[in-house]
Amino acid sequence: MWHYFFRRLLTAIPTLLIVITIAFFMMRIAPGGPWDQERALPPEIEANILKAYDMDKPLVQQYFLYLGKVLTGDFGPSFKFKDFSVNDLLLNGFPASLQIGGIAILLALVVGTLLGSMAALRKNSATDYSVMTVAMTGIAIPNFVMAPILTLILGVYLSWLPVAGWGDGEFKYKILPILSLALPQVAYIARLTRGSMIEVLHSNYIRTARAKGLREHLVLLRHALKGAMLPVVSYLGPATAAVITGSVVIETIFDIPGVGRYFVQGALNRDYPLVMGTVIFYGMLIIMLNLLVDVIYGLLDPKVRLQD
Amino acid sequence: MIKTDRLKAVIPVLDTSEPEREIKGRSLWQDAWRRLLQNKAAVVSMVLLGIIALMAIFAPWLSPYPYDEIYWDYIQSPPNWDTAHWFGTDSNGRDLFIRVLYGARVSLMVGFLATGVSLIIGVTYGAIAGYFGGRIDNLMMRFVDIMYSLPFMFFVILLMVVFGRNIFLIFIALGAVEWLTMARIVRGQTLSVKRKEYVEAAHAGGVSNFKIIMRHIIPNVLGPVIVYVTLTVPQVILTESFLSFLGLGVQEPLTSWGVLISEGAKLMEVAPWLLVYPAIFLAVTLFCFNFIGDGLRDALDPKDR
Repeated sequence: MWHYFFRRLLTAIPTLLIVITIAFFMMRIAPGGPWDQERALPPEIEANILKAYDMDKPLVQQYFLYLGKVLTGDFGPSFKFKDFSVNDLLLNGFPASLQIGGIAILLALVVGTLLGSMAALRKNSATDYSVMTVAMTGIAIPNFVMAPILTLILGVYLSWLPVAGWGDGEFKYKILPILSLALPQVAYIARLTRGSMIEVLHSNYIRTARAKGLREHLVLLRHALKGAMLPVVSYLGPATAAVITGSVVIETIFDIPGVGRYFVQGALNRDYPLVMGTVIFYGMLIIMLNLLVDVIYGLLDPKVRLQD
Repeated sequence: MIKTDRLKAVIPVLDTSEPEREIKGRSLWQDAWRRLLQNKAAVVSMVLLGIIALMAIFAPWLSPYPYDEIYWDYIQSPPNWDTAHWFGTDSNGRDLFIRVLYGARVSLMVGFLATGVSLIIGVTYGAIAGYFGGRIDNLMMRFVDIMYSLPFMFFVILLMVVFGRNIFLIFIALGAVEWLTMARIVRGQTLSVKRKEYVEAAHAGGVSNFKIIMRHIIPNVLGPVIVYVTLTVPQVILTESFLSFLGLGVQEPLTSWGVLISEGAKLMEVAPWLLVYPAIFLAVTLFCFNFIGDGLRDALDPKDR
């Protein structure tokens, strides 16, 4: 178990290195730089700026300099947000992103499993069909369409909720972004759960559990749900990745001061350190979450023993 | 037919039976096709999708207006049947109906081409890894694992920002992202197919590896691949819309559903039709592909027969 964990941690290192390398060189071979303006800077000033940011050195040397700094946990200063380091920006943005994304995932997991199980238990009933129709809608309507539609109905026409912004981080500002992020995932998880639940309910160990006279809710909770959750758990990796990328759009739509918004702004402004910082940060997050998901999967499924 | 004819020629005695009682064999694909036609949702979806595709192809002949012409008298006017602005006009005074259809062209084209790219890379890669197995397989699949854990959407966004909005770049980038799952599916299938007797027979007959993969392995792993293709196309359309929504997709005056939706979302309080029509088209298309994918899976999966 621990052995597996550490080995996976070790393989995360080259993956991160690849992320850093691709992002670094892609950003640098791009035409246009952070100081391209309508009016060109005087050459001496430009040379000084380049020197201050080590950008006058050869690209490969810059790469290793940057790598060295990242290893010490320093993402450097932001080019566009003057007086802020990338670390500051990420730390400031992360709580908002985490709240939105984390609650969305939890909501999707709980509601999705619940709906999926209900549909599976009453297979081919009205409940089943309505749940699956809702799920199909959730899959077919992407979150960037869901977000404006929800805003239009709940925010503009009914004016129950604020349309955008963050306020002081009050809960009412978070409802719409969380819903828009969670709904597509609720739909996927409900479908997954329904499928695997139906399969599990036909399996031998459920028949055994029923045959030995276990009460129905125990059969479902203790035996069926555990088996049915396996595909859902393995979907959690892609799901968190989807929520994280989705939050880039959602944060832009709702004007939330999170990390995702910095990524888009940074990329458009050629703010190299900020973009690199967000990519590395998100890359690390996704890799760690995938590792976590794999470990949970191993704990749930005795067939997948996490040896060597 | 040919076989019985030959038999008749060789053994005329056999010809005594009535010639009508010939059992026509049904191939796996014909079987699957019949099952698919019994799935109402899938059939309706195929018809709808066909209509949308035809509308996209014949777009210039369906509306009296060109897609990039600005009508100064009709800026942001609501849908109106008398002027033939069926879906209204956008904030620049362009006809929305024709723009939605041109958006369909871009979205569908990106969807199919990117899926095509992912199909070619994924099937080749997966078949090679699965067929040769051993160390090659290990190495190739480890590579896929690493690629999997990369935050790909960020790279695609970076790519768009860095190299400008270029429609060919979009589908190559998206195809390059989507091939990973395809490779995994094909590899898994190849592993089981390559143990089959007919592959062994081909081996014994001295057929080259390349030919075995092309003639025996790939045709026999196509079932799950087709299902996955029908689920990849909407995925790609969705991603393209997502990029367009961020302002990184195709360039004006050309448009795609994502661009139209993002323009509509900005103006939804004053001109909701700008959001509603493209959103309906996108949602219906995604619906249809998903239903067809589900139907195909049921039709091709022998477990549920």
